[in-house]
Amino acid sequence: MTLTTSTDMLLEATDVSKTYGAVVALHNASLAVRPGEVHALVGANGAGKSTLVKILTGAVTPDSGRIIVRGRERKSHSPAEARRNGLVSVYQEPAVIPDLDIRENLRLTHTPVEPFRHWMNELGVENLNLSSLARRLPLATLRIVDLAKALAIEPDVLLLDEITAALPANLTERVLQNVQQLGEDRSVIFISHRLIEIAAVCDRATVLRNGETVGVVDVAAGSEDKIVNLMLGEGATALAQREGGHVTAAARSHQTPRLSLLGMSARRRLHNASFELYPGEVLGVVALEGQGQDELFDVLAGSERPSSGSLLVDGKPATFHHPADAIRIGMVYVAADRAEALLMQRSVRENISLPFSARIPQWGWINLGREKHKVDEAVNTLQIDARAGAEVRRLSGGNQQKVTIARWVASGVKTMLCFDPTRGIDIRTKNQIYVLLRDLAAAGAAVLLYTSELKEIQLACDRVIVIFGGEVVAEMPAAQASEAALLRAAHNLKPDSALPEEVAAAATGDMSAVQAAIDSQSTTVSQR
Amino acid sequence: MTAATSTVGRNRWLSASTWRNLLRDYPLVPLTILLVLLVVLADILQPGLVNPGWVTSAVRQAAVLGILAGCQTLTMLTGGIDLSVGFVASMAGFVTATFVHQPGGWPMGIAVSLGAAALAGLVSGIGVGIFRVHPLIVTLGMGLVVFGFANVWQLQSVQTGSGVPIEIRTIGSGTLGALPNDLLVFVPVAIVLLLLLKRTGYGRMLYAIGDNPIAARLSGVRSWQVLVVLYALSGVLAGIAGLVQSGLSNTASVTLVQPYLLPSVAAAVIGGTSILGGRGGYSGTIVGALILTVLASVLSIVLPEPWRQVVFGSIVVLVAATYARLTAES
Amino acid sequence: MSATTATIEQPRGGPADRIGSFARDNAWTLGLLGFLAVLLGFTKFANPNYGLDSLQGTATSVLPLALAAVAQAVVVISGGIDLSISSQMALTSCIAATLMKGYPGEGVAVGIVILVLLIGVVLGAVNGALVVLTKVPDIVVTLSTFFIWAGFALLVRPAPGGAAADWLKGLVVGGLGIDWLPKAAILLIVLVALIWIPLSRSRLGLSLYAIGSNPLAAFRSGVAVNRTKFLAYVITGFVAAFAGLSLTASTGIGTPVPEPTYVLISIAAVVLGGVSLAGGIGGVFGPIVAVVVLQLIRDDMTFMHVDPNYGLVAQGLILIGVLMVGSLIQQRRSRA
Repeated sequence: MTLTTSTDMLLEATDVSKTYGAVVALHNASLAVRPGEVHALVGANGAGKSTLVKILTGAVTPDSGRIIVRGRERKSHSPAEARRNGLVSVYQEPAVIPDLDIRENLRLTHTPVEPFRHWMNELGVENLNLSSLARRLPLATLRIVDLAKALAIEPDVLLLDEITAALPANLTERVLQNVQQLGEDRSVIFISHRLIEIAAVCDRATVLRNGETVGVVDVAAGSEDKIVNLMLGEGATALAQREGGHVTAAARSHQTPRLSLLGMSARRRLHNASFELYPGEVLGVVALEGQGQDELFDVLAGSERPSSGSLLVDGKPATFHHPADAIRIGMVYVAADRAEALLMQRSVRENISLPFSARIPQWGWINLGREKHKVDEAVNTLQIDARAGAEVRRLSGGNQQKVTIARWVASGVKTMLCFDPTRGIDIRTKNQIYVLLRDLAAAGAAVLLYTSELKEIQLACDRVIVIFGGEVVAEMPAAQASEAALLRAAHNLKPDSALPEEVAAAATGDMSAVQAAIDSQSTTVSQR
Repeated sequence: MTAATSTVGRNRWLSASTWRNLLRDYPLVPLTILLVLLVVLADILQPGLVNPGWVTSAVRQAAVLGILAGCQTLTMLTGGIDLSVGFVASMAGFVTATFVHQPGGWPMGIAVSLGAAALAGLVSGIGVGIFRVHPLIVTLGMGLVVFGFANVWQLQSVQTGSGVPIEIRTIGSGTLGALPNDLLVFVPVAIVLLLLLKRTGYGRMLYAIGDNPIAARLSGVRSWQVLVVLYALSGVLAGIAGLVQSGLSNTASVTLVQPYLLPSVAAAVIGGTSILGGRGGYSGTIVGALILTVLASVLSIVLPEPWRQVVFGSIVVLVAATYARLTAES
Repeated sequence: MSATTATIEQPRGGPADRIGSFARDNAWTLGLLGFLAVLLGFTKFANPNYGLDSLQGTATSVLPLALAAVAQAVVVISGGIDLSISSQMALTSCIAATLMKGYPGEGVAVGIVILVLLIGVVLGAVNGALVVLTKVPDIVVTLSTFFIWAGFALLVRPAPGGAAADWLKGLVVGGLGIDWLPKAAILLIVLVALIWIPLSRSRLGLSLYAIGSNPLAAFRSGVAVNRTKFLAYVITGFVAAFAGLSLTASTGIGTPVPEPTYVLISIAAVVLGGVSLAGGIGGVFGPIVAVVVLQLIRDDMTFMHVDPNYGLVAQGLILIGVLMVGSLIQQRRSRA
């Protein structure tokens, strides 16, 4: 505990504890924010970040602890009270009521209109029609509305909870610029998984681990390592480096690709994407937020129909009207969002065996013995800790993610489409998932792996494609896919051109082209 | 997060949570205890009440309620509800009765009425499964349609006359030794439903759709297929319940089974099936139906009809609130 | 490549567009009104005797249902549902009729009306408190209170009977001055104007829409979600008491057994009136128009000597049919 307890802090939370049943979410956690600073709150998943945020914003009442704002103790029992106490939070999902118009949304939150307009202008959205229903506005605009709403009521402390995961990078920059202009007596608490951003914009960082504050770091060059070490604590498992075994281009040339996409377009974001996926390889997909990767996976999983382009599976054209069509030819989808994939109230067994009964001919009698055998096999393969298996919602996040994969391992898979399968799970489980994907590929399956963590590419993949503006703009073997190379490609920069310094430093550089692609569906967001 | 867990107040917590888990995971145990207590209470309130005759009559009423509550259990597991069961069941009993003097007689009547019940359910299923309209609305509208047609049929069949066929009366009010004949219908229905939910792929699909429709879809389940079959099945079950009830009461009217609609939902709720889907089962519902029947009997000893309704409603809220507390995510 | 991305036309703010967007936002209600006009014309055609007094009759018979629909609309907009409305109506109606019989006098009746409205508030408060505190799904709670209120109604009045003050009856029967102005319709408009218009403009009204539209966003916007949900049921109980009073006024008695189709029709009207069962969308005008449409369809069938039971069939089919089409359009739109 290296906390300063001087009274010149704008916000000071001390000895905050919260227990849910047997689970200790926070144990004497502390956070102190100086006036005018941008303060990062970091920690691995389950470290207690979200609980602390909920406590600060009044969504959750702590079991014990004090929250002091400007030297006075504040108790917030609801977000409304927290607002009155000068704490306002902006979340990844905009807190805007879709069925009310913007003016009504402002009234609902007692937000003054003129300051709101001012901030909208500052954030680059002019001439917003306040009478338009929120649901008719593009998501990017709503996110800015939410921010402007928060800024307009001039909070003492603004909490930005993972908003960069949902905002185009240059907007993040713009937001933070604006926030820094708030003056010396207002502060920002910045919550993010992306250390690179924290390094770029934050003054100090508070690190949580297992519900406790394990350190406060002055953010400076090289402090990422320090933060990571604090987050991981001792005995952290390093990611295992993978031994060789790349599928060579020569070997591929004799094979029919498992998948080949030709000029695939879907919705507004995927344009003319083409690539091939071969049996026995793990193909990485890298893209900045919103470049069409979601649409790509939706199309391949059968959730979405492409507007144009063709898909060949094992050399034969394939059209999917429903995920069932994709599954029938062995193409299965592992979602990042476990809430999308799991039957939370059902057992591990039912979750894994779910695809066994999906089709009408399988609706009959279940051979329980055979089912148990298959399920046990998958549970063992993935080393799922199924002790709390009567209800999947009682499992840890990592085990839950393993269940979503085990489902397909058990029912047999030829092509696995993984969309950020390691999002928000611990390093050990991540490792196990990489090993599993490698094993699947070794057994002849084809794996398409989108990941938001560039490190994963070299750990798990043979080859990587980079998508930008809905198109595949680069392809490289994993060996060449250093983080810098991937980042460069993800911004659609030629390999020989120099990477702008800002991009390299903060991934928030001049990205007007990216911006244009992202904002193309939101003309209300005007360009600089 | 679990890695970071530690327990506080281990002993107290353990005992409380053991109870909680027991109640949550095995609701049958407390429910059965409650049922037994109610029966004991009935005998204390009116000594001698609990005799074979009383048991028979309780089982009879519980059988009808249990079948109708089966409709609610199945639909509620998918996050739906079937508000047309009262109308459909009454229609089935009534239509069969009008065939008593017609060519084909009662077998024809049963075929027509169950066919109509299945058709009504099928239309509901199409509305819910394919058009994705809220089941509350679809089944409610379908109920009105069935009720209207039943009324029209009633006017048409005034001249021909009607009566509950003797065969159905035998099922509904006869006994086989000490056991009421209703069990000949109820037991097979119950076994089919229990096995359907526990041992068939279709049953798994009901739970899956109710728990998480997106996950089901991504796993290749075409939920419309499941739902269309489900509501048709629910219609048939309601029709069967209507036949049994018309035999039990020896009357056939287009509103005969109406009063069972709300208790059928209540029985499923008391039995531990969540109206939000994904949780529950038919065994609890059977006990729930028995509890409600015995409860009605006990209340009729001590309270006049109006108070019975009040107590009845209060108990349903109480039980539901207990479940809500037990199954709440901590 | 960003040049190839599609763009959305930005809405402009011209007056024509504003009318356009008003029409779009209220398309459902406007369409329903158009349908009502056609239906009225058809009614006149089907039954040349359908005159101004018939209009009054229609208005009087529609009033309780229209108020029930308004009551239901409020709670549905907030994302809930109230299956106990018809027994709330039966209970309040019975209390009013019994008290007015026991304590005759036109002046006393005013006090009785106020008392009954207060009772409506209490009934709604009980529903709301149960929904909020027990976290039991609203369907189950209100299904249970349906029994409870109906039981109380039977305690108040074991059999239909009682009386209604003359001024109360006078409020809903006949025309106001001119024949074509049914008093019941005026009363409905006045009540809605007094209750709904201020409500929908208030912050509470916004909060009702907010918690129905997106409870999490509402919570994060500082809306007291539980309190608003509670108040939604209170308002529903209050309006349901008006509906119960209008039953007493139009029939002159109180009937303890709730009319079984009232709940169903109130939900049907709410949905047909453009209120989303998921909450957050719609108003009370659509449901009122929908109630009139549903009633006229039944009346027309009677005029045309169609078995009135086909009226039920028609109501049910319209309910399902309209929703299926609506849902289909919505699915298309979300796919496009």
